[in-house]
Amino acid sequence: MTTFAQTVGTSSPTSGSKRIRSRIRNGWGTLRRSPRMFTGVIIIALFVLVAIYGALFVHDANSFGAPILRGPSLHYPLGTTQLGQNVLSQLIGSTGPTLEVGFGAGLIATFLAVAIGIGGAFIGGKSDELLNVFTNIILVIPVMPLVIVVASVLKAGGIGPMILVIAFTSWAGTARILRSLTLSMRSRDYILASKVSGEKTWRVVIVELLPNTVAFVVSGFIFTVIFAILTQAGLAFLGVGNTSALTWGNMLYWAQNDGVLQVGGWWWFVPPGLCIAMLGTGLALINFGLDEMLNPRLRSLRPVRTVSHEFDGESAGN
Amino acid sequence: MKYFIRKLGFYLVALWGAVTINFFLPRLIPGNPAEALMSRMALNGSAPPGEYKILLRLFGLDKGNIVTQYWSYLVQISHFNFGVSATQFPTPVTSIIYHSLPWTLMLIGTSTVLSFVIGTGLGALAGWKRNRFLDAIVPATTFLTATPYFWLALLFLYFFGVINHFFPLNGAYDPTLNPTWNWTFVSSAIQHAFLPGLTLVVAQLGGWLLSMRNMTLTTLSEDFVWTAEAKGIAPRRILLGYAARNAILPSVTGFAISLGFVVSGSIVMEMVFSYQGIGYQLLQAVQGDDYSLMQGIFFFISLAVLLANLMVDLLYGFIDPRTRQAR
Repeated sequence: MTTFAQTVGTSSPTSGSKRIRSRIRNGWGTLRRSPRMFTGVIIIALFVLVAIYGALFVHDANSFGAPILRGPSLHYPLGTTQLGQNVLSQLIGSTGPTLEVGFGAGLIATFLAVAIGIGGAFIGGKSDELLNVFTNIILVIPVMPLVIVVASVLKAGGIGPMILVIAFTSWAGTARILRSLTLSMRSRDYILASKVSGEKTWRVVIVELLPNTVAFVVSGFIFTVIFAILTQAGLAFLGVGNTSALTWGNMLYWAQNDGVLQVGGWWWFVPPGLCIAMLGTGLALINFGLDEMLNPRLRSLRPVRTVSHEFDGESAGN
Repeated sequence: MKYFIRKLGFYLVALWGAVTINFFLPRLIPGNPAEALMSRMALNGSAPPGEYKILLRLFGLDKGNIVTQYWSYLVQISHFNFGVSATQFPTPVTSIIYHSLPWTLMLIGTSTVLSFVIGTGLGALAGWKRNRFLDAIVPATTFLTATPYFWLALLFLYFFGVINHFFPLNGAYDPTLNPTWNWTFVSSAIQHAFLPGLTLVVAQLGGWLLSMRNMTLTTLSEDFVWTAEAKGIAPRRILLGYAARNAILPSVTGFAISLGFVVSGSIVMEMVFSYQGIGYQLLQAVQGDDYSLMQGIFFFISLAVLLANLMVDLLYGFIDPRTRQAR
């Protein structure tokens, strides 16, 4: 929390929104300067491309008929399942739905977080206190058991209900960060000035406040997407929800159910998990880049000070 | 004392919030959940006599309007009355939980403490000696934080259980042994807990490491660190006594959020190892449509998580006296 307050404190408030706008304009420059963010964007772009154009190559990802449980070969690059399905086709077919769950839940949760976090803090008073207690409660409730219990009653048909349930339980972290950020900005001169000049509240929030929180909103969004993908994978692996839907989590569920470990079919369970981890890594790397942008102290460029540390260390060592 | 009461109050409210959400969320869905569950149970042939009434009472659908239903639900839960398990009929839900919760608590507790100590230590080092080889572990740990726990568990099981027979494939102890406090049993339990524990330690490590690294970097450029340096204090003392001490605070605060992650991860991980903890029981309950057991497990997991958070909060008030007066 302190990091956020400090970061906001270091940039001068009046030029804040202009700076962010120019940063977006210089997006390419930013990407080039942060190799981590660059790697992250490349990874995500690849997955999105597979999700969009995968359907051109894979018509029915669940179709049977291949030989049963074969290792990787020229014909089946990632082998086949116990039921004679092509693992690579399933992997490609699952990319889209998995991304939909992640980004869908991320969008809804971020919207809730902005409304509750920024809205509450800006209005202030009793409603803010209530919303804050509510946020903190949602934050400490263990999500997975709750979703398991709720989803078993929902008998979640497709990925739609799953997206909603995950979104409603994962907005709180971002909301808390946005709230403390808004509280620290609410009494800045430029906000007060626009209030005094008679601007409507919603206009002050959207035009003056929101642009200065964009980086935090994006970072919260990315965290929620990672969280949603991991939660969906876990739920699918447990068999909660529709097990016939194509997602990486469901692939792992079927692999486990058909005793993949006993028969040694590593080609079946390694790729889906690897894809989840790669997607998550890509998103986390983008967040890393954002962090470095917001907090210059985290950049990998070595400042003069650190050199002095090393002199200390070496002289102490001698 | 006032700090303690306020914290206790918050977590009581949080517990109430958890059971309340649990009450209202299923109600937003049209239809009678008890009937739906009964028909599914009948299909499995697993509905015990009297289950419908218990279900109605658990959902609070047996009598009155929604307010009285809500009240009787609260009364039911405050007496720890979760009825009888449908899948393990006629064992009471509380007794199943009593026998499975300690396994999970031991596993999660030990591995979380280990992971916190190792991860935070490495994180402080990585922040201190940045751009050296330790900084190269950042992408690797990022990968770890995005890895699903259960997939890591599958990998470990495949390498150390299936390919090399270093560790047993499933269970919490050798089923031929009697669960008593003798060395044979305890060593069997430890042997069975090793891979699940390793999974939890490795999966959590990245999170602790990254947050500690970033906070150490931020703290190292604070004025008081400069001053300490200017005074000629030994670097080791600056790291431990000045930087790390302050940098660790956000990690402690973040405990609440991370514990939720760990519990979720552990539930799914237990399925991979068929480890007889609370997560495994929850899974059995889901597969058998055992709603009473699900409700009970959800309540006790929430209780455990909130208690752990309360303890961390109190500890926090101890290591950072400023928070005790704040607000």
